[in-house]
Amino acid sequence: MIGLLIVSHSARLAEGVQEFVGQISGGQIPIIAAGGASDGSLGTSVERILAGLEQLRSTDGILALVDLGSAVMSVETALEQFSGPPVHISNAPLVEGAYLAAIEASSSTATLEHVAAAALQARELIKVYE
Amino acid sequence: MPVTVEHVTHFLTAAAAIIHEHRDELTALDAAIGDADHGANLDRGFSAVLNRLPTVADKDIGTVLKTTGMTIVSTVGGASGPLYGTAFVRAGMALADRHEMSDEDVVLALEAALEGIIARGKAQRGEKTMVDALAPAIEALRTALAEGRSLGRALQQAAAAAEAGAKATIPMLAMKGRASYLGERSIGHQDPGATSTAYLLRALAMTCSRNEEVA
Repeated sequence: MIGLLIVSHSARLAEGVQEFVGQISGGQIPIIAAGGASDGSLGTSVERILAGLEQLRSTDGILALVDLGSAVMSVETALEQFSGPPVHISNAPLVEGAYLAAIEASSSTATLEHVAAAALQARELIKVYE
Repeated sequence: MPVTVEHVTHFLTAAAAIIHEHRDELTALDAAIGDADHGANLDRGFSAVLNRLPTVADKDIGTVLKTTGMTIVSTVGGASGPLYGTAFVRAGMALADRHEMSDEDVVLALEAALEGIIARGKAQRGEKTMVDALAPAIEALRTALAEGRSLGRALQQAAAAAEAGAKATIPMLAMKGRASYLGERSIGHQDPGATSTAYLLRALAMTCSRNEEVA
């Protein structure tokens, strides 16, 4: 089982992505929201991210989906203090990447590599056909 | 004259004061090309450091600097949290179990901090970041010490080089961080991270110069 960690500067945005993506995966896969700074204001928090990683400790791998700026650095800093299953930070856009990752992760045989590759396909997703 | 844990504590106190003093200016710089939180974030981080300092006052320099870094990481929500946090932790690792530092140790600690910032932010010189203030400061410090200047004098030159480095970010195109999303519109603004780095070096220079005057 692969888990998803949703990291955004906004706690509500992370929770919204968790809700949205959780619906299509039917609660089949663990999705944790780790948004906002330590006091809940806009920002990212190494402590919140570390707590999220701990909640996903029993998975076989974790795909972290991030928004912008410090989100990547905060996850990297948290990873230096985390010794659990392998974690990959996705280069995919947050919402679309999490959506495709959740679909892939719903397959019981999906590995972290499969889920990470599925998320990256979000970069080529066409929304509007001209 | 060696640098002691007490001096490091004085530096951190001076750092918190200078960041607090320039909090609005740093936030205004960040408002132009980032997310308008740099001054407020760093002010929160360094005041948390001040609160933690008494709990490590009897420890070695490495522990004080590592505690500073961890406190910044856990209290600063923007990019400067992981960046300055990593810088202080790496400087602390370079000085593990030490109760005194030589001039050369100060250089090594700053180099470890720079390497930490580069590793975390994956930035190079010329990309409109903290690196553009810290790298020339270390070069100026090395040169001044090689010319026989005292540590306090040499750090004054390093701080001046950091300030010049921060000013030199104005015409640069941002390649890293939130400012890079602005593309060409980032040109013409001074980088807030390079500016706060210059203030931290000013605090370090003031602390060491004052120690030499007292001695």
